Amino acid sequence: MIFSQILTLAAKEFRDRMRNRWVLAVALVFTVFSLVITYFGAAQQGQIGLRSLEFTIASLVSLVIYLIPLIALLLGFDAIVGERERGSLDLLLALPISRLELLLGKYLGLAAALTLSTLVGFALVAVLLYRQFGWPGLLPYGGFMFSSVLLGLAFLSLAVLVSVLARERTRASGLAIALWFFFVLVFDLLLLGGLVATGGRYGGDAFAYLLLLNPADVFRILNVFSLDDLRSLYGLDSIVPPALAKPWLMMLVMLGWIVAPLLLARWRFRA
Amino acid sequence: MAGAIAVIESAAIEVRGASRHFGAVRAVDGVDLSVRRGEIFGLIGHNGAGKSTLFKMMLGLVEPSSGEVFVDGCAVHGRDFRAVRRRIGYLPENVALYDNLSGLETLRFFASLKGAARAQCEPLLQRVGLAAAARRPLREYSKGMRQRLGLAQALLGDPRVLFLDEPGNGLDPQAIRDLYALLDELRAQGVTVLITSHILAELQERVDRLAIMANGRIVASGSVDELRAQVPMPLTISARLGAADALSAQQQLAALAGVDVIVEAEVLRVHCPRPHKMAVLAVLAGFGAGLRDLGIREPSLEDVFFGLSNQDLA
Repeated sequence: MIFSQILTLAAKEFRDRMRNRWVLAVALVFTVFSLVITYFGAAQQGQIGLRSLEFTIASLVSLVIYLIPLIALLLGFDAIVGERERGSLDLLLALPISRLELLLGKYLGLAAALTLSTLVGFALVAVLLYRQFGWPGLLPYGGFMFSSVLLGLAFLSLAVLVSVLARERTRASGLAIALWFFFVLVFDLLLLGGLVATGGRYGGDAFAYLLLLNPADVFRILNVFSLDDLRSLYGLDSIVPPALAKPWLMMLVMLGWIVAPLLLARWRFRA
Repeated sequence: MAGAIAVIESAAIEVRGASRHFGAVRAVDGVDLSVRRGEIFGLIGHNGAGKSTLFKMMLGLVEPSSGEVFVDGCAVHGRDFRAVRRRIGYLPENVALYDNLSGLETLRFFASLKGAARAQCEPLLQRVGLAAAARRPLREYSKGMRQRLGLAQALLGDPRVLFLDEPGNGLDPQAIRDLYALLDELRAQGVTVLITSHILAELQERVDRLAIMANGRIVASGSVDELRAQVPMPLTISARLGAADALSAQQQLAALAGVDVIVEAEVLRVHCPRPHKMAVLAVLAGFGAGLRDLGIREPSLEDVFFGLSNQDLA
C-alpha cells in the first residue's frame, strides 16, 4: 500500500467537494438546524432560548440521527459506481493503484469533507454553549460532535460498500435510500415490535444487544448514556444493560461499523 | 524453456491460450497473440467479438479464466506488474473524465498517480493541440477535445506500450491524421502501440500488423498483405471493350475455372480468384486497342474482415 497514491485520490475527492460548495452547503444546513433546535427546541413548552445542556444535546441527537446518515449515504453512494459508469474506473485501475488504495483514497477524501462540514456546522452551538456553561458544557458537547463524526463515517463506509456492490448509479442511489430507511426508520420499530410481540419473555438483555447492529442506535446510546439526566429521561436504565453504558465500548462498536463495510467493499470490489 | 523466455522478452505483448468465460459465454476463447516491440498492431472485430475483454486482460483489469498474458516481459497477474503499469498508457473506449477539472488539472491528477513528472503535463497538452484550452473545465470540451485529452493522459510517463481502444472515436478527419502522425512518431521512438478500431479503412494503411477477432477467437493475423493472401477473396476486374469484343471476351474467360463474368453493355466485370489474375489480364490484353479502359479492385481489409468473420460464423 502506497500512501501517496491514497493521498492523491483523497485530495481530489476533498477538493471536488470544497469546489462545488458541498462542504459549505452541508455546514450551513447543520448550522441552521442546530441553531433552530437549540433556540426553539422547547417552544412547544412555551420556552425560547438555550435550555439545559442535556436538553440541547438530546434534541440535537434526534436531528443528527436523521440527517447525518442521509447526508453520508448521498455523499458516498457513487464513489465507485460513478467512476464505473463514467468509464474512468478502468483507467484508474490500469494505473499503478491497488483497489484498496482506490477505496481508501475515495473514502478518506469524502470522510474529510464530511468531517469538516460536521465540525464547522455544529461549531456555532459549541460557542453558544461555552458562553453559557463554560468548559464543563463543552466536554459533553465535544463528545456529541465527535460521535456525530463517527456516525457519519460509519454511514459513509456503508455508502462506499453500496457503490462497490451496485452495477449502476441509479441502483446504488436506491440502495442507499433503502439503507437509510432501514437503519433510521424501520430497525427500531422492528425491534420494538419484536419486544412487544414476545412480551419480553425471550431474550431479555439480548434485545438490547441487537441495538449494536445499527450504527444509529450505537450513536444514540453513546450520547444518551454519557448524560445521567438523559438516561432517566429516556427510561433507558431499565432496558439497556450496563455493559452497553461504557462509552469506550460503544466507540469500538462504532469503529467496527466504519471498518467492516470497507473491508467487505474491498472483498467484493471487482473490475 | 530458454527459447520461451526469449520469446517473452522480445515481445511487447504476449498472450498464450488466454480464455475468459462469463458464465456460459466465452468472451475470449483460447487466444494466442504476440505483438513485437515497436510495432503498431491493430485489433479488429465487431462489437462483442471479445476485443475489449482481451484488452482488459492485457491491462490486468480482467483475470483470464485460463492462459497467460505478458506485457513488457512481465506476467500481467503477477505481483511485479504494478511497476509495469507506470510504463504503459491506456486510452479506454468512451471514457468520460472529470467535468469539473480543467485539462491541466486532469493531467496533473493522472500524472501524480502514475508517478510521471508534473512538468510533462503542459507540453503534452501542447502536443495534442489543447494548449489553449488547458485551463478550461472539461465540461466545456467538445467530444474531440476530450478524446485528445484522453490520449495525452495515455502518453503520461513516456509509456513503452500504448493501449488505445477506439482512439478515432469523435475525432474529425484532420484530428485522425494528427493522431496517426503522432503514432508514427512514437513508433520511431520504439513505442509499441496496440490499437482497436471498427473503422477498418482507417487502420488498414497505418498498422504494421493486425489481428481479426470474432466470437472470442483470433481468426486471422498478420500484415495486410499476408491476410489478403490467406483468404481466397476474388478480385474484380472491370474492362471497357466494344460490344462485340465484350461477348468474345466473355466466351474466352468462361473457360477459366472459378471465373465469373458479367457483361453490362460495353463493360465487362470479371470476378476471379487471385491466381487467375494474370490469365484474365492476358485475355483482355489480347484485344489490343479494343481495350479502352481497365480497372482492378483488390479486396479491401473490410472485405477480408467480413469474409473471415462470416466464414467463421458459418
